[in-house]
Amino acid sequence: MIGALLIAPVAVPLLSAGLLVAVPPRRRLHRIIALAASTTGGMTGAVLLSSTLDGQVPTVDVGGWPPGFAIVFAADTFSALMLCVTSALVVAGLAIAAGTGDDTHRFYAPLVLVMSAGVGGALLTADLFNLFVFIEVMLAPSYALFTMTGGRDRVAASAVYVTVNLLASTTLLAGIALLYGVTGTVNLGQLAGSATSGGAALAAGVVLLALAIKAAIAPLHGWLPRSYPHALPAVAVLFSGLLTKVGIYGIIRIYAVLLDGTPRFRWIIMAAALLTMVVGVLGALGERSVRGILSFDMVSQVGYILVGLALFTAGGLAAAIFFMVQYVLVKASLFGCAAAIEVAGGTGQLARLGGLARREPLLAAAFMLGALSLAGVPPLSGFVAKLAIVTAAVVEGDYVASAVAVGVSLATLLVMLRIWSIAFWGEPPRHRVHADDRPAGGGHPHELRPTRARGPVVGPALALALPSLVLGLGAQPLLVAADSAAAGLLDLSTYIEAITR
Amino acid sequence: MTAAIAVGVLVAAGVFLILGRSLVRVAFGFILLGHAVNLLLMAAGGLGRRGVPILGPDGGPPPATADPLPQAFVLTSIVISFGTTVYLLGLARTQRRGDQPDDTGSRP
Repeated sequence: MIGALLIAPVAVPLLSAGLLVAVPPRRRLHRIIALAASTTGGMTGAVLLSSTLDGQVPTVDVGGWPPGFAIVFAADTFSALMLCVTSALVVAGLAIAAGTGDDTHRFYAPLVLVMSAGVGGALLTADLFNLFVFIEVMLAPSYALFTMTGGRDRVAASAVYVTVNLLASTTLLAGIALLYGVTGTVNLGQLAGSATSGGAALAAGVVLLALAIKAAIAPLHGWLPRSYPHALPAVAVLFSGLLTKVGIYGIIRIYAVLLDGTPRFRWIIMAAALLTMVVGVLGALGERSVRGILSFDMVSQVGYILVGLALFTAGGLAAAIFFMVQYVLVKASLFGCAAAIEVAGGTGQLARLGGLARREPLLAAAFMLGALSLAGVPPLSGFVAKLAIVTAAVVEGDYVASAVAVGVSLATLLVMLRIWSIAFWGEPPRHRVHADDRPAGGGHPHELRPTRARGPVVGPALALALPSLVLGLGAQPLLVAADSAAAGLLDLSTYIEAITR
Repeated sequence: MTAAIAVGVLVAAGVFLILGRSLVRVAFGFILLGHAVNLLLMAAGGLGRRGVPILGPDGGPPPATADPLPQAFVLTSIVISFGTTVYLLGLARTQRRGDQPDDTGSRP
């Protein structure tokens, strides 16, 4: 029974995607089937979460081969939590696309479903090679979603996106090949603790490097701010919550399992984390479009998760996991707001926006919630998450990391206030410009027709921002789940026993 | 040793092609890189570590078998790189069409 549940997050979206391609392209039918399939993924995640909270690790061997050859799927609290939050994000992303009208292409919903199947598989697999395969299953539809509609700007931006991601995938595969050459297995359980020194550590380093490119960790982040602002607004919502987060998930999982959290290499992760936080927020200060700012800020926030990983204590890991779960929702809500701003203001360029607070009070409320949570203002979830990370750093005596974390939080608040004061409080723009002298960063079909952002556009963004308030005021259940997930990463015996049996 | 040299040459050529501006060159670069990684995967195989899953005619392991796991990996990776190559070539075609001055229909 539980085995069927473990396969469901991969099989249900894939089968539904096939069904959607087969049925006639009616938009309402597509939306209903896609929403049903992704909701199933979320419910599966919730059931798995409830069954893993006490430390159990349900597994299933696909194909019935002996250990070492079998395709093993396993869920612990960490992967179940991530499965819940990514499924919720896919539902919200589909809803935002329905609101902005980005899902007009008949292959939009099938591609999103295939992408979510890849995410589900990458989160649940207990096998390095399958991690590579599912990351590819996730990325291939993302290439298509990026370029499906749109003109030269988007094709040029997608060339950067596709090239960097292909290079990262090739590096990932090379790292897995090297690791297989040294150890003779790709099963995470058999690999556990094997890469703490020597050739295996080098091979694991190649794997981690490839995942760091996918997670956009400085100094490998350059591709993200150059490509995400050019994607369709609703597609950017999905990318923000799914693609880089799977990269981070992979880094945490592999560092915890393969390298056993060895203290030898922690300084590298800490250095990358601090660099990522500072570079990202400085880049965001210099951007001029809403989504450009949000993309750079995305780089910056990833640094916080890495700080928790670099500490590798129960507190640090729990804080990182808590941060990641709430951050996926907050960031997606902000990208949803950006989509609504582009509908309501006609453009994403800050210089041409203004006066949205009076015209769009609901949108303003959603943006305010998301922005304050991102900056870490109480009583929102971002505050709890950042407090936990800073506390964990102070407990370990790492005052540099805690100081940088607090400083970057203040700078993030500054960045968010910039969007707020210009786009929402600023003077409404006097005149509209023509399509020809529009700088890069737009490309939305609503570009020249500022209209009122309707409920379907603002609703999902608001719905994604509200959990931030709920998780901030009532953080306890998620904190307990994050503690359990961190305990599972620190004490791997149950996980290893479950996937090698 | 032969495999190591072949992988080195393929990676060098692939990286050289990727650094070019043209998407067609990038596509060819990724084909070469894909071959390099496939060779690496094959070279990583070995039988000394565990028994083979395939049984010979007498029920025991057959006398001469290759490690089946890297072959499965390479097969998978060939399929994936075929898909991405087709996508890259399609992208190159779109970009070239968009460069024509008289074709502005694809702009939003």
